[in-house]
Amino acid sequence: MLRAALLLFVLPLAGVRAAEEPTPEPGAPGESPSGLALFRWQWHEVEAPYLVALWILVASLAKIVFHLSRKVTSLVPESCLLILLGLVLGGIVLAVAKKAEYQLEPGTFFLFLLPPIVLDSGYFMPSRLFFDNLGAILTYAVVGTLWNAFTTGAALWGLRQAGLVASRVQAGLLDFLLFGSLISAVDPVAVLAVFEEVHVNETLFIIVFGESLLNDAVTVVLYKVCNSFVEMGSTNVRTTDYLKGVASLFVVSLGGAAVGLVFAFLLALTTRFTKRVRIIEPLLVFLLAYAAYLTAEMASLSAILAVTMCGLGCKKYVEANISHKSRTAVKYTMKTLASCAETVIFMLLGISAVDSSKWAWDSGLVLGTLIFILFFRALGVVLQTWVLNQFRLVPLDKIDQVVMSYGGLRGAVAFALVILLDRTKVPAKDYFVATTIVVVFFTVIVQGLTIKPLVKWLKVKRSEHHKPTLNQELHEHTFDHILAAVEDVVGHHGYHYWRDRWEQFDKKYLSQLLMRRSAYRIRDQIWDVYYRLNIRDAISFVDQGGHVLSSTGLTLPSMPSRNSVAETSVTNLLRESGSGACLDLQVIDTVRSGRDREDAAMHHLLSGGLYKPRRRYKASCSRHFISEDAQERQDKEVFQQNMKRRLESFKSTKHNICFTKNKPRPHKAGRKKKDGVANAEAINGKPARDLGFQDTAAVILTVESEEEEESNSSETEKEDDEGIIFVARATSEVLQKGKVSGSLELCPSPRVIPPSPTCAEKELPWKSGHGDLAVYVSSETTKIVPVDMQMGWNQSISSLESLASPPCTQDPTLTHLPPRQLNVDEPQALLDLSSDPRPSFAFPPSLAKAGRSRSESSADIPQQQELQPLMGHKDHTHLSPGTANSHWCIHFNRGGRL
Amino acid sequence: MGARASHAAAVPGAERIRRETGFSQACLLRLHHRFQALDRNNKGYLSRVDLQQIGALAVNPLGDRIIDSFFPDGNHQLDFPGFVRVLAHFRPVDEEDPGVRDPKQPEPLNSRMNKLRFAFQLYDLDRDGKISRNEMLQVLRLMVGVQVTEEQLESIADRTVQEADEDGDGAVSFLEFTKSLEKMNIEQKMSIRILK
Repeated sequence: MLRAALLLFVLPLAGVRAAEEPTPEPGAPGESPSGLALFRWQWHEVEAPYLVALWILVASLAKIVFHLSRKVTSLVPESCLLILLGLVLGGIVLAVAKKAEYQLEPGTFFLFLLPPIVLDSGYFMPSRLFFDNLGAILTYAVVGTLWNAFTTGAALWGLRQAGLVASRVQAGLLDFLLFGSLISAVDPVAVLAVFEEVHVNETLFIIVFGESLLNDAVTVVLYKVCNSFVEMGSTNVRTTDYLKGVASLFVVSLGGAAVGLVFAFLLALTTRFTKRVRIIEPLLVFLLAYAAYLTAEMASLSAILAVTMCGLGCKKYVEANISHKSRTAVKYTMKTLASCAETVIFMLLGISAVDSSKWAWDSGLVLGTLIFILFFRALGVVLQTWVLNQFRLVPLDKIDQVVMSYGGLRGAVAFALVILLDRTKVPAKDYFVATTIVVVFFTVIVQGLTIKPLVKWLKVKRSEHHKPTLNQELHEHTFDHILAAVEDVVGHHGYHYWRDRWEQFDKKYLSQLLMRRSAYRIRDQIWDVYYRLNIRDAISFVDQGGHVLSSTGLTLPSMPSRNSVAETSVTNLLRESGSGACLDLQVIDTVRSGRDREDAAMHHLLSGGLYKPRRRYKASCSRHFISEDAQERQDKEVFQQNMKRRLESFKSTKHNICFTKNKPRPHKAGRKKKDGVANAEAINGKPARDLGFQDTAAVILTVESEEEEESNSSETEKEDDEGIIFVARATSEVLQKGKVSGSLELCPSPRVIPPSPTCAEKELPWKSGHGDLAVYVSSETTKIVPVDMQMGWNQSISSLESLASPPCTQDPTLTHLPPRQLNVDEPQALLDLSSDPRPSFAFPPSLAKAGRSRSESSADIPQQQELQPLMGHKDHTHLSPGTANSHWCIHFNRGGRL
Repeated sequence: MGARASHAAAVPGAERIRRETGFSQACLLRLHHRFQALDRNNKGYLSRVDLQQIGALAVNPLGDRIIDSFFPDGNHQLDFPGFVRVLAHFRPVDEEDPGVRDPKQPEPLNSRMNKLRFAFQLYDLDRDGKISRNEMLQVLRLMVGVQVTEEQLESIADRTVQEADEDGDGAVSFLEFTKSLEKMNIEQKMSIRILK
C-alpha cells in the first residue's frame, strides 16, 4: 500500500522532470504537417490540478494505511504519523529532484487548507458548551496569547542579549517580539488533531480548542503590527502606532466576528428559500462560509474568527431549514474536506521541513524557544486560571491546568506565518523558520505522543458519552428556566439572565425571520431529542434484525429494560386480542383460532421482513433531484414500519394509554391522515376497525415538517383559518381495542403485502393494514414514497395477476376526480399530504377488497407523482375538495362516536 | 468592613439564617437589599404580586411555578428567611467539605438532593410525590410552546414518563427523577455563582 502511494507520488515527479526537458513534442511547429498525433503528452495543461489531486490521494491512502493497524493509531496520533510520512516523502523528493519541490505555501494554506478545518470546527462546535465557557475561552485566547507572545519574545531577546543565542542571529527586540507573536498562538489544527483522540472532558476540550480558534485574531493582529513595526524600523514607530496597534486588535477581532455573523445571517436567510432547489443547499453552506472567510481576509480581519462565527451562528437555522439529506451532505462534505485539509497540512509540514535551504540552525535559539514556550504557557495558564477561578462556578483544578498547559500545541499557522516573513526586513528569518519547524514538530510529535498517557496517568476526567434522554433534555431546560428566574428574583443580571434574554429574542424575531415557517414550528429542542430518540431506537432496532414481534424487540434500547415487557410477546398479544380486536361483524364471522392468525401474522411478518430487490428501477437522470435508491427506500420502509409498530405495541402493552384526546391542531398534514381513515370508515361502515390507526396518529405526526414545506403558504394559511376541529374521540375501550388490533395489523403496506396471500388472509380483513401505511409519512420520504408505493404496488399486482386471481382494486380515478371509490385508497392518500390536500390518488391497500379488477391507468401515476411532490403544483387544484372532504369526515366521525 | 458588619446586623436573625443556609455575610446583605427592593410598601414580607412584578419572570415559562415555590403550603406572605431559604437551593456546593458534615445535621439546602427536589416540585403540582403523565404534559406544554401539536406533546410526555418510569406505574417518582438525572452535574447546573 505504501509502495503504491509512493509510486503514485513519484510518477508526477517524473512527469515534471520530463516536461522540463526540452523534448520535441509531437505537433511542434517543425513537424506539424506530419499528421494527426495519436498520442499527445500534455502534462503542463493538467499539472496543477493533477498534483493537487495526487497529493490528496497520497494523503488519503496514507490515512488508510495508518488505520490498518489499530495498535499504531491508538498509540501515535495521526498527525505525528502524517508529519513523519511527510518527512519521508520530502526526503524522497529531495533525492529524486535534487531540490525541494513541494512545500506548504502560506497562500495555499490560508486560502484553501485552513478554511475547511475552521468551518468544520465552527459549524460543529457545541455552542452551548462554548458560550458557557466563553469567559474562560476569551481570557485564554486574548490575554494568554498576548502574554505568551510578549514574554516569549522578550525572554528570547534577553537570551540574545545574554549571549546565549549566537550573534549571527541578527534580531532586535521587535524581531523577537514578532517571532514571539507567531510562535505563541495555539494552533487549532494541531489541537483538534491531538485532542480529538484524547477524549478529555468537554469543558477542558472546549477551553483549549476555543482558545485556539479565537486566538487567531490576536495572532493576526500581533503579527501584523509587529511585522509593520519591523518593516518601519523601530526608530520610526511612534506612540500613535502603538495605540493603533491596540485599536486594531479590536477592529480585527470584532470586525472578523461581525463579518462572520453577517454571512451567517445571509446563509440562514438564503436557506430559507431553497425548498424547491434542495440540491444546492449544501453548496450554499460552503459557499457563504467561504465567502465570509475571503471577505474577512480581504478586509484583513480575522478570517478564522469570521468562519467560526459564521458556522456557529448559522447552524441552528440552517439545520432547521435544509432537508435531512442536505444536512447529511453538509456534515460529510465538511468532515471530508476538513480531514483532507488536515492530512495535507501535516504531510506538507513534514515535507517542508526537509528543505534545508530555507532554514538555519541555532541551538540556543531553538532550545530557548522550546523552553520558553512551555514555561510561559504553563505560567500563563496558572495565573489566568487563578483569576478565572475566582469567577467560575466550577473551578478548573490543577490537573486541568496541566493538560491545558501541555495541550498548547503549535502548528501550521505558525509555520505559514514564519514563511511569510520578508527576509530583507527580518534578517533572522531562516533561524526563525528552523526554530518554528522544531517547535511545531516538538509540540505535535512529542507532546502529541505523550499527552494521551499523561491524561491517563493524571486521571483527567474523560468525556462521558451518554445518550441524550428526553428527561435530561427536558430537565435541563427546566433548570435553565429556573436559574434564569432565580437570577431575576435575586436581581442579578448574570449569564443565565442574558441567555434567557437571547433565547427569547431568538424565538421572537430571529427564528421567525430565518427559519421556514414549517421548520420553525417544528423546531424545538425537546421535540428534536424526542425525534432523534425515536429514530435511534428504530435504527438500532432494525439493526438488531428487526424482530418486531419478539419480546425483546419491544424494549426500547434507550430505556432501562424492564421485566413487564416480557409479557408482551406476540402470542400474548394475539391471544389477548382474540375477541375484542375486531368489532366489525364480518370480521368476527371470520375470526379463526389464534393459531390461524398467528400463522397469518408470521406470514406477513416474513413477507414484511424479507425485502426483495426491486425488479424495476426507475433510472434517475435528473440532475436536480435525487431520487432515493431502492436500498435506501427499503431501509426507510423497514425502519419506519418497525418504529411505528414498536411504539404502538409499546404503548398499548405497557401503559394501555389511550389517546382519548385526539385533537389535532388545525393543521392539514395531520388532519389528512385522519380524513383518509374517516373516509374509509364512512364508506366501509366499519368504523371500529380503523381506530387502531387513529391511535397511531400521534406517532405519525412526528414527521410532518417536510410535507408542510411542500404545500404553499397560502394553503397553509387557509388551512389554519379553517378552524376544523376534527375530534376522533372514541371511548377509551374502543380505542384500546383498536390499538390492539393496530398492533395486529402486521402487513404494513402494499409494498410488503406478500404477492401470494395466504388463504386465511383473504378472509382476514384485519390484515388490511390501514394503520401501518401511514408510517410512510416521514419527513423525507413524502415526496418519493408515493411513487415507490405505486411501483411496489404494481409489482405485487403483476405478480398477483400471474396467479390469475385479481385480488384487488385499483381505483381508476386517480388524482383528480373527487367522486371516487373511497373505500380503497385512503391510507395511501395520506402519504401525499403535502401536495394533495385530499386523499386523491389511489391504490388499494387491502386485499380484503379483492375481486375488483385493476385499472390500467395506474401506470402513469408514478410519472405524475414523481414530478408533483417536488413542484407542489397540485396544491391549488385540490384545495376545495380537500377541505370539503375533511368537513365531511368530521361529521361522520362524530356520528360514529355517538 | 465595620460598616458592612453593622449593616448586616440590620438583617433580622442574620446569624440563624446564615447557619441554616450557609450564605456569606455579603451575600445575605445583598439578598436583604433585594428583598427590600422587591417589597414595595415596606410591609416586611413579599406577596405573590411583588414577585410577579419582576418583568422577566412574566415571560419565563415556568415563572408562575417558580413564584409558587416561594410560597409553600399556601402561604401568601414570604418573609426574609423564607426568601433566603428558597434561594439557598441555588448556592454553589462547597467542594471543600463533602464528608465533614455532621450526619446529625439536616442536609444543607444546596445539596444535590435538595436542588433536585426543588426542580421536582415544580413538576409535581399535586404534591403526591409523583410526576404523572398529565403533569409532565403540562410542563411540556409550558416549555415547548406552540410549535408542537398537542398529539406530539402527548407522545413526548408519554415517552418521557416511560423513559424514567422504572416501576411501571405510569408516573415518575422522585427516586426515578433523580435516577434519570444521575449523569447530570446537578451541583453545577443548579447553582448560581453569586449566591455564595
